[in-house]
Amino acid sequence: MTLLFGRRMFREPLPPGTGDAPAGRSLWHDARARFVRNRAAVASLVVLLLVTLFALFGDFVAAWSNEEIDWSMLGSVAENGAPSLANGHWFGVDELGRDLFARTVQGTRISLMVGIVGALISVVVGTLYGATAGYFGGRLDGVMMRVVDVLMAIPYMFVLILFMVVFGRSILMLFIGIGLVSWLDMARIARGQTLNIKHREFVEAAVAIGVRPRRIILRHIVPNLLGVVIVYATLLVPSMIIYESFISFLGLGVQEPDTSWGALINDGASQMQYGTLWQLLFPLFFFVVTLFSLFFLGDGLRDALDPNDR
Amino acid sequence: MSEPLLRVRDLSVTFPVRGREGWPWARPRPLRAVRDVSFDLAAGESLGIVGESGSGKTTLARALIGTVPAAAGEARWQGEDLLRMPPAARHRHRRDIQMVFQDPLAALDPRMTAGEIIAEPLLVHEPRLARREVRARVAQMMERVGLLPNQVNRYPHEFSGGQCQRINIARALVVRPRLVVCDEPVSALDVSVQAQVINLLGDLGRDLGLALIFIAHDLAVVKHICDRILVFYLGRAMELGAARDVVREPRHPYTRALVAAAPIPDPAIERGRRTAVLEGDLPSPLAPPSGCVFRTRCPIARPSCAAAIPPMQDFGGGHLAACPHTGQAGHGEAPG
Repeated sequence: MTLLFGRRMFREPLPPGTGDAPAGRSLWHDARARFVRNRAAVASLVVLLLVTLFALFGDFVAAWSNEEIDWSMLGSVAENGAPSLANGHWFGVDELGRDLFARTVQGTRISLMVGIVGALISVVVGTLYGATAGYFGGRLDGVMMRVVDVLMAIPYMFVLILFMVVFGRSILMLFIGIGLVSWLDMARIARGQTLNIKHREFVEAAVAIGVRPRRIILRHIVPNLLGVVIVYATLLVPSMIIYESFISFLGLGVQEPDTSWGALINDGASQMQYGTLWQLLFPLFFFVVTLFSLFFLGDGLRDALDPNDR
Repeated sequence: MSEPLLRVRDLSVTFPVRGREGWPWARPRPLRAVRDVSFDLAAGESLGIVGESGSGKTTLARALIGTVPAAAGEARWQGEDLLRMPPAARHRHRRDIQMVFQDPLAALDPRMTAGEIIAEPLLVHEPRLARREVRARVAQMMERVGLLPNQVNRYPHEFSGGQCQRINIARALVVRPRLVVCDEPVSALDVSVQAQVINLLGDLGRDLGLALIFIAHDLAVVKHICDRILVFYLGRAMELGAARDVVREPRHPYTRALVAAAPIPDPAIERGRRTAVLEGDLPSPLAPPSGCVFRTRCPIARPSCAAAIPPMQDFGGGHLAACPHTGQAGHGEAPG
């Protein structure tokens, strides 16, 4: 990683007499300028920041903790549990009388974490794996990509459910399951892009200079892949969240007292018939708003980083 | 005669090519991009390689710097064969042979600044160099090639084509190589910038005692800075000799056509002369003509040319040409 990011060599002042070296406009600069011009993408970024702040600091704002049961509500949730500013249950209470605001904060935290961990694993593992396979090519490429094909052919939902049943439901198991599948698509995408990049002349120039393969992959290929990888990662976060929500909706994901958007939506949906619609709508709102924002963000990033645009 | 810096003997490069409708198990056909090329290069000498597009000049260069495997022959660098060297030894020698590429912008990593690009060979070959020293060497090199040292933090797309080529040259020279292979270093540049870059390469070659291999499709460019010229056609050497001899007294009919095709910068002469334009296209290197590869377009071809590959013939003073019929049959010297 130091190879990738340890490039501060020319940021220090130059020897005296040579004057100041103005910073150049990198391709990232240009991309940022294009991104900022895209209103929808910037707005989505703001929304995502707000959701993140909600997840991080919601607990300090909440009037109730997520474990506390409001005994006064028990048995009369449908009548008295609706959202109210007066009693501090801003989002109402769930069917056990717990504060839904605090529960949503808790669920948001876990759902975002699942999305981010999944995307991170896919970015790091998938990119390096794909770039390595693509760069070396030949037999190594064949073997590495067949491994990906085999893993992809396994119905992962089934395997994950089996995992949960055998090893018990836990967040760790969930992360392991998501980590196992999330990098596969990314590896394919990174490999395809690498095949493109490795025939560009600057890679040949690096080979001719005598740069070792490891350094070529980390310093020449990966930075040029990153645009595509970032875009795909932003689109991967929502799919990870949906994936986790689906498992939780089936009742196999996170375990009480932990919760996630999927689990909250599941609870809310099961109580719909009693007229406590807020139990469904608040988690659903966060879920939908976040996914929409991520999709818009991915769109904006793609427009900003699109290599054809350079 | 002492050992030359680089001695190339019968170098061949072959690519396997699969036909478009070929089955996966069909045997690929060999494309002989470079065949049986031989030449010597002394330290500090500059050799121009001239030929049409597709004649295998770039492939020859790539074989010499080791980005393309050679099929046969040898390339001895001060006596050691570069083509059959263990990778570790080959890696050490990469420092001595650097390359300047044809497309100046494409050869620079768009995500790296000029300074990082120029510093890269130093970091690879002298990893123990202090950072301050690296920065100083980069700044010094930039000045030497006519860039401002305060442009270190700029990215390739912020430079003009000529400046990008200067970055390429600086990157090639920063590790103080003995030989620089320049693959059509000016053909992607504006005419007004070409002369600057050529003069820069010539000056640097002379001042630093570099050997140069200068590839071009234009004789005029090559004769300007090269001591000797190698004329290339369809992967084979046609003529090799001192630049002056090759341009003034071309022996091979192909060289004559090349010399005749070069415009003369005097409208009076240029208008008056009859240019013998070469007819037709380069034959496919997948199915080269038998015997002399040039015979399909040669003005003095005769039936015997198809029989055998003509050997290099010495015309005196190290001037070699692969044509047994040249100078016969009243075929006069080409104008120019």
